[in-house]
Amino acid sequence: MTDPAFDPRGLAPDRLVELYRQMVRIREFEERVKRTFAEHPGVIRGHTHLADGAEASIVGSVAALRPGDQLTATYRCHGYPIALGSDTAAMMAEIYGRATGTCGGYGGSMHLCDPERGFLGTSGIVGQGIPHATGAAWAAQIRGDRDVVLGFFGDGASKQGAFHESLNIAALWKLPVVYVLENNSFSAGVRTEQEDANAAAGEPLATKAKAYSMPGVTVDGGDPLAVYDALSAAVARARAGEGPTLVESRVYRLSAHGNSIAPPGVPLHYPEHEAISRFGAVEEYEAAKRGDPVPRFRAALVAAGVLGDAPARSIAADAAEEMQHAVDTALAAPFPEPAAALEHVYAEAPA
Amino acid sequence: MSTHETTYIGAVMEAIDQEMARDERVLLLGQSVGGRPDDPFVQRYGENRVRVTPISETAEIGMAVGAALAGMRPVVDATMAEFLLVAMDQVVNEGNRFHHMSGGRVRVPMVLKAGYGFTAGWAGQHTGSIYGMFMGVPGLKVALPSTPADAKGLMATAIRDDNPVLFLHHYLLTLDRGEVPDGEHLVPFGQAVIRRPGADVTLVATGWTVPMALAAAATLAADGIEAEVIDPRTIAPLDTATVLASVRRTGRLVLVDQATRHASVAAVLAAEVAEAGFDALRAPIVQVTGLDAGIAYSRPMEEHVLPDEAKVVAAVRRVVEHSGTRV
Ligand SMILES: Cc1ncc(C[n+]2csc(CCOP(=O)(O)OP(=O)(O)O)c2C)c(N)n1
Ligand SMILES: [Mg+2]
Repeated sequence: MTDPAFDPRGLAPDRLVELYRQMVRIREFEERVKRTFAEHPGVIRGHTHLADGAEASIVGSVAALRPGDQLTATYRCHGYPIALGSDTAAMMAEIYGRATGTCGGYGGSMHLCDPERGFLGTSGIVGQGIPHATGAAWAAQIRGDRDVVLGFFGDGASKQGAFHESLNIAALWKLPVVYVLENNSFSAGVRTEQEDANAAAGEPLATKAKAYSMPGVTVDGGDPLAVYDALSAAVARARAGEGPTLVESRVYRLSAHGNSIAPPGVPLHYPEHEAISRFGAVEEYEAAKRGDPVPRFRAALVAAGVLGDAPARSIAADAAEEMQHAVDTALAAPFPEPAAALEHVYAEAPA
Repeated sequence: MSTHETTYIGAVMEAIDQEMARDERVLLLGQSVGGRPDDPFVQRYGENRVRVTPISETAEIGMAVGAALAGMRPVVDATMAEFLLVAMDQVVNEGNRFHHMSGGRVRVPMVLKAGYGFTAGWAGQHTGSIYGMFMGVPGLKVALPSTPADAKGLMATAIRDDNPVLFLHHYLLTLDRGEVPDGEHLVPFGQAVIRRPGADVTLVATGWTVPMALAAAATLAADGIEAEVIDPRTIAPLDTATVLASVRRTGRLVLVDQATRHASVAAVLAAEVAEAGFDALRAPIVQVTGLDAGIAYSRPMEEHVLPDEAKVVAAVRRVVEHSGTRV
């Protein structure tokens, strides 16, 4: 043990390494999604949104959960199931539109889910998943089993009525929900201070919690242990029946909002980050890259003597191998039958 | 009339630009509007009239209603049709009602611009052809342009209209190019256009299915079946007279529509023609619509539920066979 400033927040070394491993897996998965556009043109259709830059926030949040807890998320949804232990080959197959995908090819990149692991689903409509998390927390309250629900969403989503309506009810009913607002400073091509009154006033977005008489905390989302700490406190409060918390997790998304938007026939790609393409803020983006949470946590663990060079290399190699397998099996997997489109429109009564 | 070539979406923006230059009460707001000082609309019309908004559709559209009541003529760029649903009350139960509820004392001139039908892997929540849920709403007009020229002309008319207009541009047509009239160009609402004359069967299509119907008509012509292709251009008001007159000439009607069957323009036209043109029909009306399912992400499933040229051709053949090839 070297670095005396390192605070493991009560986590044993193997759990710390595990958090790092999950971060590396998420990053590798997203890199492979991104590379697919160049390496296998046409294989991914529609719109993908990557979680690179948010790995620490995702992993630190999910680490605060116990089995039985649940979460909802947005279209930017690849990270959570990886942290929950979903099969990455099935996730990639979903993104490639294959029958073997997480959702059989029905949902695609924006609508992953894994209800057995607590991932209830996503909304592609900004803000509209927030009431879903709130309702799932109400169900947990009724069950009385002390389960907690995390609702993940972006800074932009906090401008929707659905956000404000949900926070009010959750505080009023003391629902066991934690709202995780991933503030990546952008709503697509709009900066937070262009659309948020708190940000424009130089205040954190967590200020909004005050209006609903719940705790609001802002945390460095690039530090998985800081996120874990904040989420653990919020989850404990929710589990104890004391009600919701708003956690603003400050992250910086490292890719553009999503891949390019184009009619069929025009090849899709990942464009330049909006900080540069819209605002010419090259230095801001470069600084964000220098602060990349994945190498940052690795360096912290190495300095603390928790992670050695050889294990770090094998974590990277394992992740690369896992995601190569995900890509290979997804590419080889069959497409759904066309007529399957008419299945699952309504749920049938179980036979 | 002199023209120039541009894209479908370029034509839409050209109309907004020209109307903003013509009338300073015209405002433009939305989540991907302006937002930086070098934006051409901001440069031309200033940040007061061109405003980037937070992701707050209820407020964006509700504020457009309020600004319209107060004398402005806002254009809300809502990006995608589904995003309007967040503000459903403002779209179908506020702006459209005020003129009538006030006995004509107030008006709500506003345009809601949104793309639709992006069946290119955008999956369940971003691909809908959801105009069916707006076309029967009193007080709300709905335009569905299929060509760059109509995109320009219908947008200009929408902005000058004293009612809320839902202007739905088709995402799959975004980059289609065509000749567009220079300068002022207005396309009247409620006037269908015959895209191709033909004596044997009437084909009605909107938006992205118009080029599909035209391609089907070309295929059928090789077999000696002449299809008349009609594009209503606005579905509220809906020009049933042009369709009926055509059916009186052809005796046969095939309706092509990307929307799900029971929420389509096709269903409305089928009912209108069955009621007012029954005597002219020589075969049952056939609807080639989207199938009644959500749009799945994976391509084979997406394609399965959509109309396509082959389905249109097959439907026309069925109708013609049913009634014999010639009078
Ligand atoms: C109701 C609605 N309006 C607009 C959009 C288009 N849109 C998709 S993502 C996005 C930005 C969202 O930003 P934020 O909530 O900060 O999440 P992030 O993408 O940054 O993770 C917008 C405007 C949408 N999907 N839904
Ligand atoms: Mg954001």
